[in-house]
Parts: sequence; structure tokens; C-alpha cells
Amino acid sequence: MSLRSPLGRVLGLGSARSGFGHWWAQRLTAAALVPLGLWFAFSMAGLASTDYWSVTAWIAEPLHATLLLLLLLSLLYHSSLGLQVVIEDYVHHGAARLIALVGTQFLHVLMAVAGIYAIVTVSVGAQA
Amino acid sequence: MAFGGVVLSLWLVAAAAGPDSYLRIVDWLGTPIGMILLVGWSFSFFYHLANGIRHLFWDAGMGFALDRARTSGIAVVVAATIMTVMFWVIALSGGGA
Repeated sequence: MSLRSPLGRVLGLGSARSGFGHWWAQRLTAAALVPLGLWFAFSMAGLASTDYWSVTAWIAEPLHATLLLLLLLSLLYHSSLGLQVVIEDYVHHGAARLIALVGTQFLHVLMAVAGIYAIVTVSVGAQA
Repeated sequence: MAFGGVVLSLWLVAAAAGPDSYLRIVDWLGTPIGMILLVGWSFSFFYHLANGIRHLFWDAGMGFALDRARTSGIAVVVAATIMTVMFWVIALSGGGA
């Protein structure tokens, strides 16, 4: 039996602090991904049988490039937040947990940077 | 779902890297294993999307009653199946990947 007050025990433990930002960011990216994801999936279905040059021309369209960037960033952010929760819930060992958490974040940033660079390269290349 | 994000990035990078790299990715996705993965991803994607909308309604405090939750659960599977079939009808009607 601790003599600390209930308030003293929970102060600074998180959920009323950074936890809300995490929760809210996951919902915002989820809402953004509903139209973006549907647009992307059905665009891909339409592009499935076209050749390389039609695909790069499609990516280079200003509207498509803009939507692709929005999709890529919200999707990777959403994925990073989601995997973070899975790791926090199921990986209990200290070192493995830290490596998994930092590793997934690094991988997501790597994919975001590579993806942005690729979209810009295709767009600029198509105009040159 | 997360591995689908990896493939999205690879696809974009391959498109930027030139026709040869792009063809290699598309060829790999066209193999039987690639196609099984794509069918699995497309269904997982649409299921995740539909169930995500269900969760957003729950977050707003709607549809919590047990019978409504059960009905929406069935609706999610039905919607995901319809979207997956639509996706593949469009993808394959263009002549195949």
C-alpha cells in the first residue's frame, strides 16, 4: 500500500500527453487514407496492363504526383504509428523492443525519403 | 499491410530508376507468388480500409450496440470482397498485369 495519492501516481505517465497526439495522428491519417487509398488502388488497377512510359507519364501528371506524395506520406506515417503500437504491445524484452521500435522508424523514414525522391525524379524527368 | 508499403516505395523507386528496373519489379509481381501476394494485399487493403471506417465511427461513439457492431462487421467483409473483385475485374480487363 503506497502513501502516494492517486493523482501523484498517474501524473506524467503519458496518455494525457504524447499519447493523444499519437491517437489523433493515427485517426487523421486514417481519414485521409480513405479517399487517397481508394484513388490509388483503382488507378493502379487501371494501369496494370500499361507499359513503363505510360506509367511514368501518369506519375508525372501534377495532380497525380501531388496525390501520390500525400498518399505516400500519410500511408507511411499511419504504418509507422500502427507498427509502433504492435511492437509496444507484443515485444516485451527491453533491447529487442528498442531495436524494433527504432528500426521500424528508420525504415519508414528511409521509404518516405526514397519515395519522395522517386516521385520528384519521375516528374522532373518527364518534363525535361 | 506494412509490407505493402515497402512494395509501394520499391515500385516508385523502380519507376524513377528506369525501364529495366521497372520491368524487373513488374515481372516479379507477375509471377504466381507475386500474384498470390497481390490478391492477398488487395483484400487486406480493402478490408483494413472498410474496418478502419468502422473504427472511426466507433471513435465518434456511433454503432456500439452489439447487434449494430455485428452487422457492420459483416458489412465490412462484404464491402471488402466487392471492392477486391471490382479491383481485379478492372486490373485484368486491361489485358493482365
